[in-house]
Amino acid sequence: MAIVGLVVVLVTIAAGVFAPFVAPYPQHARAFVDYANAMRPPCSEYLLGSDPSGRDILSRIIFAIRGALKMSVGVLSAVVPLGVIVGLVAGYHRGTRLEAVIMRITDVFLAVPPLLLALAISSVLKPNLFNAMMAVSVSWWPWYTRLVYSMASSIRNEFYVQAAELVGASRTHIIFREILPNCLPPIFTKMTLDVGFVILLGASLSFVGLGEQPPVPALGTMVADGAKYMPEQWWVSVFPGLAIMVIVLGFNLLGDGIRDMMSTEEA
Amino acid sequence: MGRLRSYILRRLLQAIFVLLGLSMLIFVISRMVPGDPARMALGPRTPEWAVENLRRQLNLDKPLPVQYGLWLSKVVRGDLGESLVTRRPVTHDLKDFLPATMELIFIAAVIEIIGGILLGVLAARYSQTWFDGFTRILAYLGVATPSFVWSILFLLLFSYVWPIFPTTGRLSPWIPMPPRVTGMVILDSLLSGNLSTAWDCFMHLVLPAVSLAMYGMAQAARITRSSMIENMEKDSVYANIASGIPPRVIMTKYILKPSLIPSVSVMALDIAAMIVNAFLVEVIFNYPGLSRYGLSAMLNKDLNAIVAVILVLGLLFVIMNIVVDFIVAHLDPRISLTGGT
Repeated sequence: MAIVGLVVVLVTIAAGVFAPFVAPYPQHARAFVDYANAMRPPCSEYLLGSDPSGRDILSRIIFAIRGALKMSVGVLSAVVPLGVIVGLVAGYHRGTRLEAVIMRITDVFLAVPPLLLALAISSVLKPNLFNAMMAVSVSWWPWYTRLVYSMASSIRNEFYVQAAELVGASRTHIIFREILPNCLPPIFTKMTLDVGFVILLGASLSFVGLGEQPPVPALGTMVADGAKYMPEQWWVSVFPGLAIMVIVLGFNLLGDGIRDMMSTEEA
Repeated sequence: MGRLRSYILRRLLQAIFVLLGLSMLIFVISRMVPGDPARMALGPRTPEWAVENLRRQLNLDKPLPVQYGLWLSKVVRGDLGESLVTRRPVTHDLKDFLPATMELIFIAAVIEIIGGILLGVLAARYSQTWFDGFTRILAYLGVATPSFVWSILFLLLFSYVWPIFPTTGRLSPWIPMPPRVTGMVILDSLLSGNLSTAWDCFMHLVLPAVSLAMYGMAQAARITRSSMIENMEKDSVYANIASGIPPRVIMTKYILKPSLIPSVSVMALDIAAMIVNAFLVEVIFNYPGLSRYGLSAMLNKDLNAIVAVILVLGLLFVIMNIVVDFIVAHLDPRISLTGGT
């Protein structure tokens, strides 16, 4: 199963990265009108059909994948360092007021569904990919903080950490050289699983129009716009929806596989 | 009993803390809007002194913490301000739209609980058969697919291929709305003794509710299955069989009941999260719930309405979480009510 996931993920990444070369009609990823070929059902020219302005759905999906990947990379590279550092600091200072303040703040964030928070934030900002990324990031970092916190606060009491303290190692040294390396495997596992979740969240945001703005394609937007033409012109909406399903499934399967691998290694 | 009460009290205190934090968060978010709200409300042609007046009236000239305090004291009294679009108090709008969403979530929750447990029990009973494999695939798909994509797929399946469910709105157009009592159409029509209206409304709810339930149902089925299989292999079960307790009793009392605890907490959390996902599903089925209101608020940057919708959804989510904790504590005697969070 993990192999299936890996294949899907590799194909997805390849499609996203090489979108201009893979897509049959790269020019359809922008504003483009060809009413003569509007609403063509899936056929050999338009494998997944065409949309109301005659654009190839497959090409638009491929370019939308690009945005989705950009979003997950952006979100994870903002969220992981922030969440991890805050978690390390809280874990290291276990039992102090600093820890209490940090953990109460994360409690508040964790008490709200991430989608709700992301919706709230991106709805007051200008709708675009960057703000959607920011909105998701703001609602996502506490999950890393909590994960790292629970590990760091127990590692903190290990003998080697105490030994390092005794020798007079600096706080930064202890946090980043002694504690952090031991927290890394679960962080990586969570990251692979999270790529799928971030894509889901991003799709949900763009579904309500709070992501990448037209004419740039986004998976959620394509589903939402195509819903108007259900059920007769089903391909406009169903294929982008299936794309979300397959991509997220791929990342989940891969993440599960990596988690299983890590846990057998530890055992 | 004293311990339970102190647990409830502590949990409620925690929830109040979380809600306070949430209100602060929402307040900060609402102030992230670029531009001057007073100027935006009055337009660019209004003279500066009028804008200044409004600013003073809205307390925008005061420092942020003071603004937050004033805002919170109003919110606590149930005053969420006026909607920019409908020009009515936001709380009135919420009263109109929230019951429809709650009704949808209720049906979805029922489907999720029954479906999840049933699928799980059957998968455990027939483990290693095609049915077990089917629930496994369902579980993978369920977690990977956002509810709005399920909606699209169901829409295709049930309106194009196999038209048995209505796919849009809340009631068929030829059926009059029942007199409003609770705002939940099924309940209202039952109250007025109108069975066919209740049925029509229920049929309208099936597809959106199943779309919402898929995620949690798939998860709950797998969890129920694995904990049932785990419990089936316990020595105590063999002891029960040996002492002649009827299989049906063993199955329900000694295997099913303890197996439900983990699924209940998963399902309950998922049901709480439905409040947000309903937002997206309602759009596809053109269902007149909170989402239509919330979305138009978001598109129009109707700040008071956005804040109200987020606040209400957050509040519901926190309340649901507390209820879940109590249910699980009630089901599982091992959970120490004194420890942990």
